[in-house]
Amino acid sequence: MDESSKCDNQKECCCGSTTDNSQCCIDSSIEIIVSEESWVTGRVSTPIGEILQVSTKLTIYDKIGSWKARWGINRMNYKINPGLYCVENADKMSPILVTANYKLSFDMLRKELSGINAWILVLDTKGINVWCAAGKGTFGTYELVSRISMTNLSKVVDHKTVILPQLGAPGVSAHEVQKRSGFKVVFGPVRASDVKVFIGAGMKATSEMRKVKFNEYDRLVLTPIELVGTLKVSLMVFGVLFVLNLFSSNPFGTVDFYAYIGALLVGCVLVPILLPWIPGKAFAWKGWLMGMIWAAGVNALNGWPLNPEYSLVRALAYMLILPSISAFYAMNFTGASTYTSLSGVLKEMKTAVPAIIISAAIGGILLLMATFIPNI
Amino acid sequence: MKHKYLRNVVTLKLNEENCTGCGMCVNVCPHEVFLIKGGKAHIIDIDSCMECGACAKNCSFSAIEVKAGVGCAYGIIVGKLTGTEPNCGCSDNDSGCC
Repeated sequence: MDESSKCDNQKECCCGSTTDNSQCCIDSSIEIIVSEESWVTGRVSTPIGEILQVSTKLTIYDKIGSWKARWGINRMNYKINPGLYCVENADKMSPILVTANYKLSFDMLRKELSGINAWILVLDTKGINVWCAAGKGTFGTYELVSRISMTNLSKVVDHKTVILPQLGAPGVSAHEVQKRSGFKVVFGPVRASDVKVFIGAGMKATSEMRKVKFNEYDRLVLTPIELVGTLKVSLMVFGVLFVLNLFSSNPFGTVDFYAYIGALLVGCVLVPILLPWIPGKAFAWKGWLMGMIWAAGVNALNGWPLNPEYSLVRALAYMLILPSISAFYAMNFTGASTYTSLSGVLKEMKTAVPAIIISAAIGGILLLMATFIPNI
Repeated sequence: MKHKYLRNVVTLKLNEENCTGCGMCVNVCPHEVFLIKGGKAHIIDIDSCMECGACAKNCSFSAIEVKAGVGCAYGIIVGKLTGTEPNCGCSDNDSGCC
């Protein structure tokens, strides 16, 4: 095995903690083969040994698993073993489709392959989806080339072509892979649902298949994880407010609670869903705008400005704090979106981050005044 | 509805002299930034570029230059705080790699 030497050359190698060099970093994250998994339908024998054959149907377990991952439950460990898998009755001429070892990515691919004889080559992306992993380089040239040689792919098939999802391209250099492995990389469609048509058309992708979309549903499924991400901070905020309440003359109450939750929902759910329809381009701006509407709504609900239940100071504090919260979380959605550039986000943050901090700080001071100074 | 982000910020550059018109950039671009016309690639929609770097990585003639990275505010904040390059935060508690 020359894997340990490869391992030594790899800077990101993670086997530093285990001094045993015979165990390469690439394999260190691999769990025991679980052939009793519900998605395994059998085994086929090949020149490189037995290969697991996988189902093209998703079971309730797969669906529950996807749902949990979307809500951040065990999301970072929702992965399968890298390596080669067989779909239907793949033979020496069958196409090889490459994907990530995030179970959700693997499921999205295999469920589109009913009636197609194909091989799936799963790369070790540490359980991250294709696009994100390509951005990090784990779905990359090095991993693909070493996976091709580790699985002895050239013994399994009589051709020299691997099909990659197009979104793997930021990490994989097709000409480098060909140079190093002899395998030609063909970039397939963006979406797994187009794979069947792509193969049927002689591995030709239409321009429609090449385009990334980001429709309402795509955005909606990303919102749970955004919300889950705010839980920890929110609990801390509630903790601090609870302690402050012990000393205050006008304690924090229901209004503060729903005002805050509302601002979170605006930034994490409403802005992502309404994204293209909210005027403006910067995400933080979109969040600020919607947060401002929410703040005005909260104040109006409490009779402001005609017959306010609380002081002008508190009303002003809401107008400063709530839009900042929404703006911050909307800005964070740039990472989930499919069209923001690093340069663009940096430019947006240059204005947004100081504005958010200043606005939230002044608002926070006003809110403390309203809470601690009687009759203000 | 097509999403539009900030204009005139992207670092994408195409050196037409090196370009052979092979069309690989058109194949890998997720936002139809390039078009092959008259045997050369042309940037037709630079503001749609998200700097993923797929085109530059797959141009075997080194005709494309872009400062690739993740357009992720959270990643940039974490990067600033920890003094590293902006990195996507989605694998912070990655237990797979030690």
